[in-house]
Amino acid sequence: MAIKNTFMKKSARKEARTGYLMIAPLMIGLLIFSVRSFFVNFYYSFTNKSAFGNPKFIGLANYEKLFHSDKFYAALGNTFLYVLLCVPFVIAISLLLAVLLNKGINLTGFYRTLIFIPAVTMPAAIGLIWKWILNYEFGLLNAIIRILGGQPQAWLSDPNYVLLSVSAVLIWADVSLRMIVFLAGLQNIPKSLYEAAEIDGANNRTKFFKITLPMLSPTIFFVTLMEIIGVFQIFDFIYLMIPMNSSGMPAARSLVSYFYEEAFVRNNRGYGSAITVILFIIIFIITMIQMKLQKKWVFTES
Amino acid sequence: MERSQNFSIRKHHIGTHLVLILAVIISIVPFLWMILTSFKTYEESIRIPLTVWPAQWNLINYITVWNKFPFLNFYFNTFFVMVVVIIGELIISSMAAYAFARLNFPFKNAIFIFCLSLMMVPSQIFLIPQYDLMVKAGLNDTLIALILPRLFNVFSVFMLRQFFMTLPRELDDAAKIDGCGFFGIYYQILLPLLKPALVSVAILSGLSTWKDLLWPLIVNNSMEKYTLSAGLALLIGEHTTIYPHVMAGSFLAVWPMILLYFLAQKQFVEGIAFSGIKG
Repeated sequence: MAIKNTFMKKSARKEARTGYLMIAPLMIGLLIFSVRSFFVNFYYSFTNKSAFGNPKFIGLANYEKLFHSDKFYAALGNTFLYVLLCVPFVIAISLLLAVLLNKGINLTGFYRTLIFIPAVTMPAAIGLIWKWILNYEFGLLNAIIRILGGQPQAWLSDPNYVLLSVSAVLIWADVSLRMIVFLAGLQNIPKSLYEAAEIDGANNRTKFFKITLPMLSPTIFFVTLMEIIGVFQIFDFIYLMIPMNSSGMPAARSLVSYFYEEAFVRNNRGYGSAITVILFIIIFIITMIQMKLQKKWVFTES
Repeated sequence: MERSQNFSIRKHHIGTHLVLILAVIISIVPFLWMILTSFKTYEESIRIPLTVWPAQWNLINYITVWNKFPFLNFYFNTFFVMVVVIIGELIISSMAAYAFARLNFPFKNAIFIFCLSLMMVPSQIFLIPQYDLMVKAGLNDTLIALILPRLFNVFSVFMLRQFFMTLPRELDDAAKIDGCGFFGIYYQILLPLLKPALVSVAILSGLSTWKDLLWPLIVNNSMEKYTLSAGLALLIGEHTTIYPHVMAGSFLAVWPMILLYFLAQKQFVEGIAFSGIKG
């Protein structure tokens, strides 16, 4: 008995040792690159850190400056607008396409293959391609509008249109990615549910609202959260499509664009750190709200 | 009665086809326009009314951007970083995932939840300190700077842990009786069974490295150390922009991944779908 006990203890110790060893590379990396960076960044946000020299502690000055900056409020407002504009469209369109692709009609594979191409393209290239299409004088979109007898617009420099244009590009790029996730979710719904509903005489609409949506609700919630967090960090398309000094920039600048300009173009690193802290707080709050909502709304099998 | 039902089903499918065809057109016309423009002369590209087809299909724009920018470096850097990140991340993540799924050690759950909470932090918050770290270590403007911070991915640990948990415990027990240690169980018994999940993680990790723009832009400043994504940012000039050049450069940047996707479509689709699996 005593022998067995020490044996057990020894093996448990060995198990714990192996466990720590196997998570060690991950943990060391996370501590150096994430945890340490998180706190250092937080500290920087209270300093006047620039590109060179030692940062000096300046208390809440960066945050004070931030909350008195029109540019910051504009970037904050733009970012929320991006989220409000893009997320519903991305979710609705990708869900619609997934449902259509899941019908098993002819050519489904062909359609899916082509609709998915934007998802394997880097945002940098997507930005350049759309910058050309949306070009005021020579772009494809305005050419089509002229043929149809409409009024060409300065899509990327007119403050009235620039946020819409960037949003459209983001929606275009993200739909193809999210569609695949929804399609996989749809394929996991047991066919027997639909068959049973058919016997009861349910029509397509009823089947969609009573079976598809509830069964897909965990996926929808998860994808929505991912999309919200992703759009909050929008940067690439703005960076590629709109020059910093463009007349469109004030209406397009997102929080991350603002962060990039301050931290790495103007070298106001401390101020840039404060911007990321605000971004973190917003994303943290939204994640918390989403988790709460999820408990309330998501259908779980019991 | 039967006839009308048939008709309604067919009509329904016509609508589905129309919507999907519209989606296909919207998805690929930008790419076609990129290709068409890349073969045009500058004069053709700014002609009003616009011309759809290039008068002559010549490669001059490709040759110009190829000579003006170090595309061979861009390709090498992008693929080298991608491959090293994929391999490193798979090793580090799968080991940790196994430990979290199968082994008992003090504070395991607390550590795991702590890792998960890092997923909530927007990555921009790490950038300035990470940049400083790279400069201090003399690693800025190197490929190592592009690789190192990407090796530690909590998301892939989380996904792989889910998959380890679906494998039956009996496998571990049988291996233990045969004298297999914990590491042996991980490496020899469970890991081979996880191949599809590993492929998915590899694709997700490769795609996100492929797409990343901000970090390579910040940490590397000589052109020779740029990835394709960062290199594209160089194509847009300060004052004049010659779009046939920009489109040729864009095509040079996008084709490898699109080709890979055509060759391994099933794995790509499964990989992306994998990212939506929720625990």
